[in-house]
Amino acid sequence: MTDEPLPDLGVRPATSTSGYARGSSLPSHIGDPIVKIEGLHKYFGSNHVLRGLDLEVRQREAVMIIGRSGSGKTTLLRCINFLEEPSAGTIEVDGVRLEADPLHSRSRAFQERVRQIRLRAGMLFQEFNLFPHMSVLGNCIEAPTRVLGLPQDKAVERAEYYLEVVGLGEKRDEYPSRLSGGQKQRVAIARALCMEPKVLLFDEPTSALDPELIGEVLRVMEDLAHAGTTMIVVTHEMHFAREAADRVVFMESGVVIEQGPPEQVLDNPKHAETTHFLRRFLDQ
Amino acid sequence: MSYASGGGAHAQSQGMVDHSIVGQITAAQNAARLRFRLTFVAVWIAIIVGIGVALAAANAWDWEFALESGPVIVLQGAGITVLISVASIVGATILAILGALGRISTNPILYAIASFYVSLIRGTPLIAQIYIIYFALPQLDIVIPAIPAGILALSLNYGAYMTEIFRAGIQAVPRGQREAAGALGMRQAHIMRRIVLPQAVRIVTPAIGNEFIAMLKDSALLSTISVHETLFLAQRLGRSSFEPITALLIAAIVYWILTIVFSIFQERLEKRMARSDR
Repeated sequence: MTDEPLPDLGVRPATSTSGYARGSSLPSHIGDPIVKIEGLHKYFGSNHVLRGLDLEVRQREAVMIIGRSGSGKTTLLRCINFLEEPSAGTIEVDGVRLEADPLHSRSRAFQERVRQIRLRAGMLFQEFNLFPHMSVLGNCIEAPTRVLGLPQDKAVERAEYYLEVVGLGEKRDEYPSRLSGGQKQRVAIARALCMEPKVLLFDEPTSALDPELIGEVLRVMEDLAHAGTTMIVVTHEMHFAREAADRVVFMESGVVIEQGPPEQVLDNPKHAETTHFLRRFLDQ
Repeated sequence: MSYASGGGAHAQSQGMVDHSIVGQITAAQNAARLRFRLTFVAVWIAIIVGIGVALAAANAWDWEFALESGPVIVLQGAGITVLISVASIVGATILAILGALGRISTNPILYAIASFYVSLIRGTPLIAQIYIIYFALPQLDIVIPAIPAGILALSLNYGAYMTEIFRAGIQAVPRGQREAAGALGMRQAHIMRRIVLPQAVRIVTPAIGNEFIAMLKDSALLSTISVHETLFLAQRLGRSSFEPITALLIAAIVYWILTIVFSIFQERLEKRMARSDR
């Protein structure tokens, strides 16, 4: 499948996977590559959603993925930790490298590799997906105690720390049903942070929220970005992307069309598709 | 801003409503509700009195027998009925969880076993299952005393029906729950045990309540293998003293009251769970 030539869509994938021009120096806080995606393809039935996508994300980098719906943004994010199984291609997260192998992916060994990737990549969902039968604290210590094997008191200490980070320390004993949408998403962020992953994946984290609750979540995310958390964010919040992104990636038809610093991609896009998308998006 | 001014206008218009009209409407609604309830109670009392009068006229109800044998039927019989039902619902729940895990398993062997169990049990009469366990197995030198045999039969039977309830309950837990747990690095067994099953149990609790109430009544079938439960005692005492009407009516009332009591209990439980979900 990797060898299949790309259908001619009149678009050309970006040549550099890092998104930074060769020779130009990286922003000083950004480190070595920690997520590498190579030749990623995903089919849903005969629907070719990702078409040989390459992307590299570096340590302490905040990458925002934009693009119209159906361009494959969410699928890309879900393929990184195998919530969606890639049809072909290679994913590497923090040195754990896994080549897509749909025919043998049910094997124990493969599933264990998937789990190793998931332990390194925390995921945030549109619908938060807190566990409704557990308190906020329960949500935050379940995986650290039972997956990482952290002692209870250490896990609680860690959970309390990260709940403070998202500004919800006083909610530790509440149940999710008593929280607002914004608070739920912040708890979900704390829950992910409690696993101390190498990278956070955000799948449109504010699109299920009432408009007045979006700000509190974006603020937390912006703080995390500025504190050097590696993150990949699928978002429609252009203003937020401009403020918090080290790099903006524009996707279309399952490939990366254009990427670079936000002021470049958002203000001076080089490709007609990007211009077109941004114009239509800002008109709404 | 626009919301605030809109709210103000709304509050103002509300202030202009004539409060005496609101009061009159509420009072009329309360009166109608009270009338409905009183009528309901009156009709029930009328029916019960009517049955009582008919029984007295036919000289069918024997107070002497009722006072002498009634307590045995109520205390011993109802006790055994409840005991058997509780034990069987526990057994059935365990079988149902195992069955449901089989029915959603991608392992063909587990799926086949669970499907066979559900098909066989749902495709045969409960009374036949009771007879096979109590009367047929001894021919193979497997002898099970009446009460354990009865509990086994009811557990197996209800477990098969409840398998489908649990399967539906497990599948009703949103997929995002599994995805979130998987994304945190939990393994499949952990996800099922700690994330999916606890939520599925909440979803199916009302249905388990219904099954329990149905089981209270189906346990009467165990009278055929001489388990000393409510119907068995009523039949035996009624036959020996030639008072079958009084005896069997007492048994019927016992079942009726038990189901009413457990229905109320179930309603409370459901309300409490709904509250904790909010």
